[in-house]
Amino acid sequence: MTTVIRVENLGKKYTLHHQQRESYTALRDVLASGISSIGQSLLHPFQKSLPDRQIKEQFWALKDISFEVKEGDRIGIIGRNGAGKSTLLKILSRITEPTSGRVKIKGRVASLLEVGTGFHPELTGRENIFLNGAILGMSRSEIKKKFDEIVDFAEIEKFLDTPVKRYSSGMYVRLAFAVAAHLEPEILIVDEVLAVGDAQFQKKCLGKMGEVAQGGRTVLFVSHQMAAIQNLCDRVLVLNSGKIQLIAETKVAINSYLSTMSVEDTDNNLEYMKRSGNGLVRLASFHMENEKGVYIKSICSGDSLLLVFTCLSTIQLSIKNVSIGFSIHNSLGDTLSVFYSHYANVLFDFDSDGVIKCKIDDFPFSPGQYHIAARVLADGAEADWPKGFIGRIDVEAGDYYKSGKYGDAGVGPVLIRGCWSLS
Amino acid sequence: MNEKFDLILEPGGGIRHYWRDIWKYRELFFFLAWRDILVRYKQTAIGIAWSVLRPFLTMVVFTIVFNKLAKLPSDGIPYPVMVYAAMLPWQFFANTLAESSNSLIDNQNLLTKVYFPRLVMPASSVIVSLIDFFISLVILAGLMLWYGFLPDWHVILLPLFLFQALLFAFGCGLWISALNVQYRDFRYVVPFLIQFGLYISPVGFSSSIVPEQWRMFYAFNPMVGVIEGFRWAITGKEAMIYWPGFLLSLVLIGMILTSGFWWFRRMERTFADVV
Repeated sequence: MTTVIRVENLGKKYTLHHQQRESYTALRDVLASGISSIGQSLLHPFQKSLPDRQIKEQFWALKDISFEVKEGDRIGIIGRNGAGKSTLLKILSRITEPTSGRVKIKGRVASLLEVGTGFHPELTGRENIFLNGAILGMSRSEIKKKFDEIVDFAEIEKFLDTPVKRYSSGMYVRLAFAVAAHLEPEILIVDEVLAVGDAQFQKKCLGKMGEVAQGGRTVLFVSHQMAAIQNLCDRVLVLNSGKIQLIAETKVAINSYLSTMSVEDTDNNLEYMKRSGNGLVRLASFHMENEKGVYIKSICSGDSLLLVFTCLSTIQLSIKNVSIGFSIHNSLGDTLSVFYSHYANVLFDFDSDGVIKCKIDDFPFSPGQYHIAARVLADGAEADWPKGFIGRIDVEAGDYYKSGKYGDAGVGPVLIRGCWSLS
Repeated sequence: MNEKFDLILEPGGGIRHYWRDIWKYRELFFFLAWRDILVRYKQTAIGIAWSVLRPFLTMVVFTIVFNKLAKLPSDGIPYPVMVYAAMLPWQFFANTLAESSNSLIDNQNLLTKVYFPRLVMPASSVIVSLIDFFISLVILAGLMLWYGFLPDWHVILLPLFLFQALLFAFGCGLWISALNVQYRDFRYVVPFLIQFGLYISPVGFSSSIVPEQWRMFYAFNPMVGVIEGFRWAITGKEAMIYWPGFLLSLVLIGMILTSGFWWFRRMERTFADVV
């Protein structure tokens, strides 16, 4: 397999101007500061010119990035906000130049940084197909050849001659994606397109992208949706503050990414929390891990989650009939679910300390942020109740339904599974 | 291992392929021009009327002020025809300058998302003004028929002077569009320049009223050469043009265009980061 992209020691530096409130430079500011510095040197000719009043800070959005992409690879790029994902794509798609290092590319690159780029609201669907195609780098004859296919894919036949400003947002996105999906470049760069559109169309897009990749073409895909990455990519590049943290097979990389997100967060400190209870047993620590025992702080819907509680006996005696319970709350603090071990007829006996785990298969919450609180009972009496959330979990979209679909995000917090039938 | 790459991206690189890229993106150039024309005539029902009315009304006012009130000479040409013959290149220049100066800012969503040689942008906005120019040209023809003033063979040279105006406008457009990205308040300078230019260029009067010893100095405004060229081609009157000044205008335009390219190329690399 040939290498189609080779990135060598790539770096991109931005200069931040702290004094400015506006994102752009105004000539009047430049003139004013120029004149005032001339004034300064006239008034104090022997003084060294004062340093610029503006504090300029240099910031490396990317530093020493090196990797290779082979023909037909489907690479996912993940990382937190500000990790440099978009900067990397911008360099690969030639929108901005690197500050150091180099990139070698073989074949035509088309980027899909945001759907609908270059659409003009006053123009009709038909006109926009041509315009958008040209902007994305298609020739007129290519667009003509694909025109019917694009219209078909976008499902907008009836509205071809309507100005795009009258389209619903769904139609708009469908049309935009349809044009881009029919680009047929050797290398396709995609950034978060799947965040929009209805579920059915998302499936179609994923399918189309899979098709693109099957056709031997190379795909670079940036997304926050782990499920989409899992479905589409065979290798994943994890970026962390402008550096490559890991390049690995998808599953490994995603797990590593999710687990690093946890280590850096320490906002729930059990030790200093107010609490109530008789104190026979004390909840000493809490964390979450995945099936492999890796600490995590975020998870995909439908994955397994282990809640791990460490309890200490404060009376140096063995403790019997301990039930531990936890509750899950949404970001507003509303209780969504409570689960004590004695609900499942499980009571624990331990000597000085015990590590109690609760494994939740197929974590049934939709993407969002959830808080966890816990309470310990011993012999039916409250032993320890920390008054605060002892943990937080970020849930990302995942394949809960085991169908490759991840439902409509943000509709409701709890996911259920069921069997559908017709009788 | 096959080690041939089509494209190498590195700091300060990409210049080698620049001209090839411009050729590759020629279709985008036409599409953008087509879009601008389409949008312009869709959005305003009076789109075409407007492009006709503006120069026409200015011509009427100039004729009244400079001919009837100030009693300036017109060298035997109907005054409205003389004014309108200058109005054409001036309006074309002013429109092109305004359009191409703002072209990068108006399309910043494209600039930050898709690669193409940025030169395509100010270049394609020149085309829109060309359409307006041709509409105005029809008015001039009507005006000349009305006054029974017909041009001679000189008129076939008109496209050359139009091209000269185009190059000048494009050269200025390159400078200003790049400056506009860098210094956003530069856009307020452009309308002022255009208004100022209308009065220091020989639009409302014949440049023959400028004293002979000052004509070379007057020609430092390249539009003087363009406007004189237009009048010469349309009226065929030798007195209308001052050839040394015309040559100076060509040299100046060449300098502005070359330096415009150089400046634009220099700034282009950072457009996506600054805009």
